[in-house]
Amino acid sequence: DISLTEVNSFSPSMPISPSSMINQYKFEDEPELRDLFITVDDPESHITAIETFITYRVVTKTSRGEFDSSEYEVRRRYQDFLWLKSKLEEAHPTLIIPPLPEKFIMKGMVERFSDEFIETRRKALHKFLNRIADHPTLTFNEDFKIFLTAQAWELSSHKKQGPGLLSRMGQTVRAVASSVRGGVKNRPEMFTEMNDYMETFSQKINVLDKIAHRIYKEEREYFNEMKEYGPIHTLWSASEEDIADSLKGVASCIDKCCKATEKRMAGLSENLMPILHEYVLYSEILMGVLKRRDQIQGELDSRVDALANKKTEKDLFSEEIGKLEDKVECANNALKADWDRWKKNMQCDMRSTFTNVAENNLCYYEECLATWESFLASQTVDLHVEEDSEDRP
Amino acid sequence: MEDCLAKKMEITVSEAEKRTGRNAMNMQETYTAYLIETRAVESQGEGQCAPVDSLWRRYSEFELLRNYLSVTYPHIVVPPLPEKRADFVWHKLSADNMDPDFVERRRIGLENFLLRVASHPVLCQDKIFYSFLTQEGGWKEMVNETGFQLKADSRLKALNATFRVKNPDKRFTELKHYSDELQSVISHLLRVRARVADRLYGVYKVHGNYGRVFSEWSAIEKEMGDGLQSAGHHMDVYAASIDDILEEEEHYADQLKEYLFYAEALRAVCRKHELMQYDLEMAAQDLTSKKQQCEELATGTVRTFSLKGMTSKLFGQETPEQREAKIKVLEEQIQEGEEQLKSKNLEGRDFVKSAWADIERFKEQKNHDLKEALISYAVMQISMCKKGIQVWTNAKECFSKM
Repeated sequence: DISLTEVNSFSPSMPISPSSMINQYKFEDEPELRDLFITVDDPESHITAIETFITYRVVTKTSRGEFDSSEYEVRRRYQDFLWLKSKLEEAHPTLIIPPLPEKFIMKGMVERFSDEFIETRRKALHKFLNRIADHPTLTFNEDFKIFLTAQAWELSSHKKQGPGLLSRMGQTVRAVASSVRGGVKNRPEMFTEMNDYMETFSQKINVLDKIAHRIYKEEREYFNEMKEYGPIHTLWSASEEDIADSLKGVASCIDKCCKATEKRMAGLSENLMPILHEYVLYSEILMGVLKRRDQIQGELDSRVDALANKKTEKDLFSEEIGKLEDKVECANNALKADWDRWKKNMQCDMRSTFTNVAENNLCYYEECLATWESFLASQTVDLHVEEDSEDRP
Repeated sequence: MEDCLAKKMEITVSEAEKRTGRNAMNMQETYTAYLIETRAVESQGEGQCAPVDSLWRRYSEFELLRNYLSVTYPHIVVPPLPEKRADFVWHKLSADNMDPDFVERRRIGLENFLLRVASHPVLCQDKIFYSFLTQEGGWKEMVNETGFQLKADSRLKALNATFRVKNPDKRFTELKHYSDELQSVISHLLRVRARVADRLYGVYKVHGNYGRVFSEWSAIEKEMGDGLQSAGHHMDVYAASIDDILEEEEHYADQLKEYLFYAEALRAVCRKHELMQYDLEMAAQDLTSKKQQCEELATGTVRTFSLKGMTSKLFGQETPEQREAKIKVLEEQIQEGEEQLKSKNLEGRDFVKSAWADIERFKEQKNHDLKEALISYAVMQISMCKKGIQVWTNAKECFSKM
């Protein structure tokens, strides 16, 4: 009988039946029903004879029954995250696995282990795990559970299990073979639409990523010039008497605006840029997921084509075809549901990120406005005082 | 200020026109001519306006006028002309003299110059200045006929004086330092301001890229489309708004530039004082040495070593008649010298007095103008902030509807 417990299977290689999937996706992602909380923090450097690497502390708090304890603390390195991602992709080829931060950054002068790089990576890893936790299917994945709970040696030994290298290679070869033959000619309309969408989305998100970087760069250059601008007025005030106060006032306003610019820049680098970057990676992931779906379809199609001429042995292979057809249907449904979920999340993320950008800018302008208005008020008060004293006989 | 020309006459530099002509070497040149319009101010006008007189002048004629005024009134801080060539430009601003924006700002600067001269209690009464405003033909010849170029002090002489003067008036020394500092700090400020303007321009314009991408993105989105599209429009508005903002700021920069050039005019007055003082000191020194020579000849004693004394000792004394003649000449020279010294002293004191009066007037004007300029800068910043708040409030609304 179909029940939720079937979905909570701990064996990743067992095929998930479509009907159980449908039941699963009747759940909405409701934050109030969250029962798994994960944080990634405390980067630590480890130096061995062979290499230097960073580990991050992963703390998990949960009320779920299938976890033996309610709190876990483990240390993980980037490699471990890569492992988790590949296991998830293996188990759920047509689900949208969240992006991992890249191995290393080519552009920019960010050194491999600079504080900035480590912090950016930490935040992205934190995001990665939480996105998995929020995913209706992935959150119950066994490898995910092991990642969160196993001690270092347990994880190592677990990693060594699983399908061997040769069988994995075999899978890849078959996948490549079937992709060559297509999976595109029988592709349902819906997935072609998705493909077209993703092509455009990918283009646009990459451009937006570049724009955000350019804005940051321009703001930084502006900030650098502003730093020099204020002090000149203070210098000038030293040779003046009557207008010394006005000059100092202007200097102070410029300095305050300078600080406000710094805040604005921080807003960009802490919110907009990481999100845009994440969605650049997402667009690559989604193209990959669509390809994998095509591959699965391709397997079915090529098998069907191969057996088309062998009329007599059709019955023999009907079970095999049936299994492949199931696989395709599963993959399609999984992708469709996950796609809808992804789109909703994307919309939400974009809305909140760009609203935040607007708020940052509003904050900036409001701060600057207040500064200059109070300067102006101080000046006109002086003027009135001067006028009054001139009127007196 | 009651009698100054500015109160009796309306003066504007209302137009600028590109002209071609032939220069002194008969080569074709392009230049800009400026239209000066003047009109008498009717204090009891009953709807009847006096007619407008007008004539065209080019920048070089303004320069000639200013040179004449500087030489003729060396104790006055003569208002400066707007810059000859565009300086302190940032990338969007053209350094081309023919650029319409530059010409426009120069037109305003020239008008400002004329108004400054017309409101100066001393300068406004000058006949050459009046003719500059009212007499189209023959003005150049009139100026040259005054022979003012002959009165001009050589730069070399002035430099010499700066280094050799022994007892300049302390106030002028301080003023010289002040004008150097003012020049240095304002040029630094203008340079950095230009760079800040450049960067600010960059920040605003880069936001313009959002518009097109949002628009293209909105084409593939169903629910987000409208929000994206309208937000993009606001980003375009934001990017475009910087042009007007920075144009206004150029006027502020021009106000500062005027005082940058005023610093040079202050320096010129100090230089004149140094020259006069040096002249005085030289004349006094000369007089003293002549008196000494006279005494030596009269008493026959050589008080201090002099080559003449040595040679006369070596080659024999002069006859008493020769000595008498010499003494007589010297006595005449001494008398002349004493009169000259007296008048130079008087001149010097008059100069210091009248120069200092104008310097006080200038200081008040400067403090008033610069304070106003700083206030206008604050007003501009406030306006820019308000525009920014409006645009981002609109954008925020669009984003929140995505």
